[in-house]
Amino acid sequence: MADVQTGDPAASTSGGRALRKGTPIRFESVSKAYGDTTVLHGIDLDIRPGEFIALLGPSGCGKTTMLRCLAGLEQLTGGSILVDGEDISPVPVNKRDMSVVFQAYSLFPHMTVAQNVGFGLEMRRVGKAERATRVAEALELVGLGHTADRYAHQLSGGQQQRVALARALVTRPRALLLDEPLSALDAKVRTRLRDEIKAIQVELGITTIFVTHDQEEALAVADRVAVMRDGVIEQLGTPEDLYNRPETPFVASFIGESNRMPGTLSDGKVSVAGATLPVLPAALRTFDPGDASVTREARNVTAFVRPEHLRLVRVESPATTPEGLPVTVVSSGFFGAHRRTVVRLDGGNLLTVQHGTSEQFVADERAVLQFRGDAVAVEAA
Amino acid sequence: MSETTPHAGRPRAKKLPSPAATVSGQAPAWLRRTIIWVIGGVFLVPLLAMLEFTLRQHGGGYGAEHWLALIDPENSRMYRNLLKGIGNSLLLAVITIAIVWVLFLPTIVLVHLQFPRLSRLFELLTVLPIAVPAIVLVVGLAPLYSVIVQLFGGDIWTLALAYGILVLPFAYRAIVSELQGMNALTLAEAARSLGASWLTVLVRIIVPGLRRGLTSATLITAAVVLGEFTVSSLLNRVTLQVALVEVSKSDPYAAVITSLLSLVTVFVLLFVFTSIRPKGSRSSRKKKKEVGSNG
Repeated sequence: MADVQTGDPAASTSGGRALRKGTPIRFESVSKAYGDTTVLHGIDLDIRPGEFIALLGPSGCGKTTMLRCLAGLEQLTGGSILVDGEDISPVPVNKRDMSVVFQAYSLFPHMTVAQNVGFGLEMRRVGKAERATRVAEALELVGLGHTADRYAHQLSGGQQQRVALARALVTRPRALLLDEPLSALDAKVRTRLRDEIKAIQVELGITTIFVTHDQEEALAVADRVAVMRDGVIEQLGTPEDLYNRPETPFVASFIGESNRMPGTLSDGKVSVAGATLPVLPAALRTFDPGDASVTREARNVTAFVRPEHLRLVRVESPATTPEGLPVTVVSSGFFGAHRRTVVRLDGGNLLTVQHGTSEQFVADERAVLQFRGDAVAVEAA
Repeated sequence: MSETTPHAGRPRAKKLPSPAATVSGQAPAWLRRTIIWVIGGVFLVPLLAMLEFTLRQHGGGYGAEHWLALIDPENSRMYRNLLKGIGNSLLLAVITIAIVWVLFLPTIVLVHLQFPRLSRLFELLTVLPIAVPAIVLVVGLAPLYSVIVQLFGGDIWTLALAYGILVLPFAYRAIVSELQGMNALTLAEAARSLGASWLTVLVRIIVPGLRRGLTSATLITAAVVLGEFTVSSLLNRVTLQVALVEVSKSDPYAAVITSLLSLVTVFVLLFVFTSIRPKGSRSSRKKKKEVGSNG
């Protein structure tokens, strides 16, 4: 990491591989509109040098548009993007030094793998000898050194995306932009490549922006995740923050799984099915933006209770029924490290409970549901 | 041992229907062969009839006298106009192909990649040369050509401007269908993000990907120009077809020989160009086998 390469002050080498220090990126009030339709509403986002950040959200939330604005593939309607402190808004895409890996396989079909990977270096007028060395290094990095002479159609989907990754990295760009690069792959390959991308990013220390609609993918690889909805960032935080301390009902429902249960909010606590649970401070703030009296008055809300925040207790005999909500087991599924059991409340609502694999419930079995007491997110009913 | 297990030295496996025929609903091989022969016959029979006609001797029987007469220096005056027409048509074909490559191709790519909203309008415009009858087109072109003649003179090359309009529908479709199939937008964006200029994208990424479409566009252009009569005749230019009509009045054999040669030339060119496999094409079964699973 320490050796600095001549002619490229931002680059260094490690284990024979050339690296580039991460670059800070700042979105300042970035907005983008297509005619009357605004898809980005004044986005502010600071990305730290070398950070792996995921833009996560449902289709149409503006995450890909944001990435394309950064890449220069879309022009901003307002605001600016600073890379290393420099406003890159007027810089054309081919001068931005940002490499993009697209969802669709984007290898040039008439070029070999080596020619594909070397294309960016050719555009930068890197000499033949150095180009060959760097192409070989990049292909080794993604584990495809043996495919240099093949064409794109001779590779599988996963291999093609690895080559696209090598092609993006070989130029030592200021940032690596990944636009749902795993979406077209099957589940097993997707997981493997996801982990490989993370490992390479950690090794190279390159600032990486990863667009995905798959929350598992985002939580697994990103240092921080920006959850987006309707052109705004709903919450920016670490995967743990988003999961355990969602700041909005949308984040609470979008990240992980939640049971939506009707309740009553008063005095900063929510009463759900006979249990009184603490409310996440951020969720409380949406009801109480400075005026505590708002939350003193009881009001109907929907509480988001995680399946792992519930406990299911078997009813051994009617005489010794434990405290809690009586439920009937509907089904139970095995998920390797845990089981998920769906139960029906006596009122008719279905809830999901996550518990250890040592406990097993069968359909139609009577049980009692208890709350573990964790803080929950709430939204106005 | 299973009857269907293919293995050397063992009883020959019973031939199963090809998966393509059963799975994808593709027509069986015998039907495909029949269709090819019927279509081939439709093309071949007139060509053979033409050949037979040109080989008929004046004194009866078959020989090459009409073919030899065509290249006989003594007849050069008689066929001067025909040779001029051939030369003019070849020149016009080259210029019109250049118009397709230099003007139409970048415009079509630009519209496809940068201004997709204009595609429908552009498509509509390209249909006009087909929708407007040739005679009407010439009536419209005639006053335009009086201006062109004043500006550039009456050289034959000016006819290529009108031919450019005539070939536009065919060239446009050949190029656009290939452009849509190659995912050009993503490839162009990938190349741009790697540092390529628009010109580099066009020359290094788009054109190699459009090889088949451009080949088709080029051949169609050549065929249209070599076969065009109405516009050149009404604008008083000597082209192959105009000369053929003239020659056929005095020597039908020479006209048929020239027609036959031009048709065969186009067929041969078509066959040669479509037989060349571009680098990285998916044609080879062997290559296909190398592709593994998604991983």
